[in-house]
This record gives sequence, C-alpha cells and structure tokens, in this order.
Amino acid sequence: MHDIKHISKGLVPHGVSACAGCGMELIIRNVMDVLGEDTIIVIPPGCSALFSGYGEETALKIPGFQGNLENTAACAAGIRAALNAKGNTHTTVVGFAGDGATVDIGLQSLSGAIERRDKILYICYDNEAYMNTGIQGSSSTPFMASTTTTPTGKRTGRKDLMQIVIAHDIPYAATASIHNLTDLRRKVQKAKETDGPSLLHIHTPCPTGWRYDPSKTIELAKAAVQTGCWVLYEYENEKVTINSKPKELKPLEDYIKIQGRFKGLSAEQRQELQEYTKTSYEKYIKKLESMA
Amino acid sequence: MSYKMLDGNGAAVMAMKMARVQVISAYPITPQSTISEKLSELVETGELDAQYVRVESEHSALSVATAAQLTGVRAATATASQGLALMHEVVGMTAGVRAPIVMPVVNRGLAAPWTLWCEHTDAMAERDMGWMQFYCQNVQEVYDMMIIAYKVAEDKNVLTPAMVCLDGFFLSHSMQKIDIPEQEIVDEFIGKYEAKNSYLDTSDPMFICNLTGSDEYTEMRYQQKVGMDNALEVIEKAQKEFEEKFGRKLCMVEGYKTEDADVVLVALGSMCGTAKYVVNKMRQEGKKVGVVKIVSYRPFPAEQLKGILDGKKVIGVFDRSTGFGSKGGPVWNETCAVMKDSVCDIREYIGGLGGRDVPEKTIEKIFEELLEIKDKKRKDHTTWIDVKSNAMDIRQVEKNA
Repeated sequence: MHDIKHISKGLVPHGVSACAGCGMELIIRNVMDVLGEDTIIVIPPGCSALFSGYGEETALKIPGFQGNLENTAACAAGIRAALNAKGNTHTTVVGFAGDGATVDIGLQSLSGAIERRDKILYICYDNEAYMNTGIQGSSSTPFMASTTTTPTGKRTGRKDLMQIVIAHDIPYAATASIHNLTDLRRKVQKAKETDGPSLLHIHTPCPTGWRYDPSKTIELAKAAVQTGCWVLYEYENEKVTINSKPKELKPLEDYIKIQGRFKGLSAEQRQELQEYTKTSYEKYIKKLESMA
Repeated sequence: MSYKMLDGNGAAVMAMKMARVQVISAYPITPQSTISEKLSELVETGELDAQYVRVESEHSALSVATAAQLTGVRAATATASQGLALMHEVVGMTAGVRAPIVMPVVNRGLAAPWTLWCEHTDAMAERDMGWMQFYCQNVQEVYDMMIIAYKVAEDKNVLTPAMVCLDGFFLSHSMQKIDIPEQEIVDEFIGKYEAKNSYLDTSDPMFICNLTGSDEYTEMRYQQKVGMDNALEVIEKAQKEFEEKFGRKLCMVEGYKTEDADVVLVALGSMCGTAKYVVNKMRQEGKKVGVVKIVSYRPFPAEQLKGILDGKKVIGVFDRSTGFGSKGGPVWNETCAVMKDSVCDIREYIGGLGGRDVPEKTIEKIFEELLEIKDKKRKDHTTWIDVKSNAMDIRQVEKNA
C-alpha cells in the first residue's frame, strides 16, 4: 500500500505545476471531481503528464498509467478489457489527452477503440497546438494561428474531431468549454454513464501558447463560443443537439486581439479570418442542424 | 498427457490457452495470423474464458496487452516481422513497467525488399529492449518454452517479459507430433497470475510510468538489469522443475556432441535440427564436429556457453540476421564477448535470410571450412555462406563497372 500524502479535498492536490491560467488544469479538476475515486486514468506524455507527476510524486489520487503519445485509447481499452475479465464493470476508465495525442498521432488507436465499442471515456483537451514541446502546430491548430512550426500563420483549417467520431457512430460525444463548467460537468457525467465509448472535446485556452494574459483564460473561452470559433454541441442516439447558439456572432477581434498568436496578421488577413470564421460557422451550424 | 499434431503456431496457442490468459489482443500478420485466428475461435466457442480485443495495429496490440497486464490479468499477444517493428516503442514500455507478458514472435525478415519468410532480424532488432528471448528448435520446444516462460517472467525476482521465438513457416506451419500435458499439471507449474510491483487497482492507487529524472532513471534501469540477471538462475530452476513434472529436459544452451569436437558451430532456432543431423552424418565420416544451440539469447547464458566452448580452437557462429555494419551478426558478437579471454578463432557466418533454406549442404560447407581452418589448410571463410555469385548483378544495384 502506498501512502498518499496530500491533504487536498478532491482528487487533485492544490499545488500543481501547470502554467498560471492553464485551461487544462481547470478541466482535470472538474473531470476528477465528477468521475470520483472509482476511476483509472491513462495520460500520454504532454501537458497533462504534469498530473502523472514526476519521480515519486503524482498529482492524482487515483490509479494511472502514462502510456505512449499515440496509444491512450488502446491503453484504456486494455485496462477496460482486464477489468471486464475480472468482472469489474463499475470502474470508469478515462483517457486524458491533448489535441496532438488525439487528432494527430493517436487517431488510429482512438478509431479502433470506438469501432470496437470499448467502454472507455476519452477526453481531448484541445489547446490547439503541441504546447508541452514548445507550441508547435497540430492538425487542430486553427487557420492563421502562429505557432513555432507555422510561424507566419497556419495555412489550413483544423481537423474536425467531432465529425470523425460521429462517423464512427460513437454512442456519446460532446464538445465543451471551460467558461461553462455546469455544462462541462453534466457532459462528463453523461459520458461516464454511457454504455460504450464516449468522447469529450474540450476547448482549452493556453496562455503560454496563445500568448495572452493568464487572467483572461475564461473570458477567451467564452469569446471563442461567442465569435463562432467554438461550437457547443452533443451527439447521442444518432442525433446532434446544439447546446448554445449565439443570436448574433460577436466580432472575431473580441477573441483574437488579445492573443499573441494572431498578432502578426495584417488588417487584410484579419478581415479574411473574420470572413472565414463566419462562413465556416454558418456552414457548420447548417450541417449540425441537418443532423438534429 | 496426450499427443497432438500441432504446428508451431498451434503449440503457442495451446500454451497460451493452458496458461489461462484472460485478455488477448492480436493483429494478424503472416506467418503469425493463425495464432490470432485460433485465439479468437477459442474465445468465441467459450473454450477459453478471455476478452478478445480485435485491435487495429500491433502498436495497439501490445499497448492493450501491457495495460491489461498492469490491471492484474495474464494478457496475451503475438506478432512477427513488421508487426514487431511497429511494436518497438511499446516493447520498451512493457519491459520498463515490468509487465511480464509472454509473446510468441514468429520470426520473419523485414522490408525492404518485402519478404514473408524466416529470418531472425525482427527479434534481434529488439534484443536490447529488456525482454527475454528464447529461440526454439522444434514445435515441442515452442510449447515447452512458452510454459517455462510464464513461470520465469512472472517470478517476483524477474518480472521481465519474454519473447518465445519460432521460425516463420519452418516451425509456425510445420505439423509435428507433440506431447501436451494435463491442464492440472500446467496450473500447478505456472500458478495463478498475481500482479506484483506495479498495478492499476482503485483500492491501492499508484501512478505508473511518470517522468523520471536523471537522478533516478539509471537506478530504475538497473532494476531491470538485475531482473534480467536473476532470470538466469530462475530459468535453470524452472527448467529443472519442468523436467521433473513433464519429463522433458530443456536448457539455456545445448551442446550436441561438443565434448570431443574439433570444431563447433553455434546457432539458433530450427536450423539446429539440421545441424545436429549433419553432425551425425559427418561423424560417420570420422569428422569430429559439434553443434551448440542457444535457446536463451536474452538473458545470454555466458557461463554455460563458455563451459561448452572452453578449449575449442575453432568456432563458427551462424547468424540468421544481417548484422549490418558489424563484422558479424548478433550471436557472433555475443559469443566473442563470452570468449574474450580464451585463445580461439571465432568465425562469423550469415545466411538463411528471407526464408532461404539452410540445408545440410550449407552446414556441411561451414564445418568443412572450419575443419580446414583448424588444420591450417585455409585462412579465410565465407561469411555470407549462402549468397549467390550474381548478388551484385540483380536489380536495384548499379552493375559493377
């Protein structure tokens, strides 16, 4: 038996090594709070590995395994299979990975687990780049955002994780945002109760990678939804429900002006990005409505 | 006890079934495929009470098995060739988290060019990844070494995964009559699986495999080294107990007619059977030759091998892998290291690649060369023993000027 020394109230200690204003920290605290002690977590190397811990220390009060970057879903599936073999159907198995470990290198094993209908909960906290390795672009990096590997701005749009998992007819999938924790926690609970694979795609502002004042994390998360850069919706029983739809989109500047990753854009490019965002949003909403 | 006609893959499956594996994750690849198929059939028909996870790649196959084993069950997977190469990243993970998985590896060469057939390069590329490696001569040995491997891998002083290597097609698809013991004796020999060291259990939470600094990484690697070292003794003990229970004698290194031999050949796998046959034949002609069969390549049984080779002046080592960039293949290198303080002439041979048969005449040619070297009738030897004379003229190579 190992001694757990921290005296925090929840399953995550008070002091952790995440950056100030980290959106992911808020997510993992809430996720752990909803899932509870009867949970086993798989974390790949990446920002969330700060919670795996270092050396003799861990920042989680539940059992966990840090696998490879691309096999979070496969490791979770292995744990699930072993629990099933032992007759344990109550323990939740959760994979907690960033966008790179999910939509890039981990997509294959995720696809496999969903196709097999393995009962695992997969959470992708999406901070829109490889932040832990130093802010390199991923396939989830948005159009025109600057990263260390897209220094003049990304020339393509982002990969749509939700539509990929919906194409697998996943039993439950939802997007979420940290500016609405009630909605986020409800979705975690729903995912936990799903009899089969479930996925949450959570928008995760990152002050270090997006280059903004750490006190603005929640505001930015909210602005992303209000400007049409992030859409809150759920997929279940083969149907889509849009959770919130702004009556009128706010100007994109509300979202991008305080972010360093868009600082290099010219006035023309800003205009182009505004139009791109609006068109993409409208097209996307139409698509979702057709799936309602 | 009963006799059954089984091929090498069938024998491996029989061993996994009788070890009562609880989670199976496998991805088909020639010549391993019938292992994946047969295991799924056993689960479907209820003959084996296990969870079958039909994964989408070998990378996931070993990931599922490793995570399952950490969750406290005996997990199974199997692979070959490109599949093992794809697993490589996880191979190190399994060993590092001390998950004692036993995995049949059906040896096959690697691209390029494409080959489907036997060679040891696939497993040899993984030789320093912290797994034990046992090479089998025949189908009975596949079954026996699998059973022994479970006992050794799961020993609390070892906790090291094991590859049981069987030559693609030569063993995997070769039907042989083998002796299958009663289930109860196997149960008694292997015991029930019990997770030791690290495990995923909500009643005793721990985090496995987090980032480790340079102040401790060496020590954790050292723990693996100690586990591997301990395996030498544990294997010997297990083989002795196996002999008492099952009546068949196995060892880490087998010397065949080596005691009075003028020259000996060190080899691995199915070609050892042919080599023994050649030894018998050449001895009838008055030529004193012998064979050394290495069963355990990892851990490498240095003392035992040295005991057999001591005093031999001329030794040949036959590697069924290329050993590019080195003077010889991996078995040759290992043999040289063991014999570094002895005065002897160790010659490196490479052959049997990409399924090329190693017939009597190839082995005979090696022995003849070694005998001539011993009698000082020649100095050189033919390292690539079975390469054709037109090697530099066939496609993909500029014709020599």
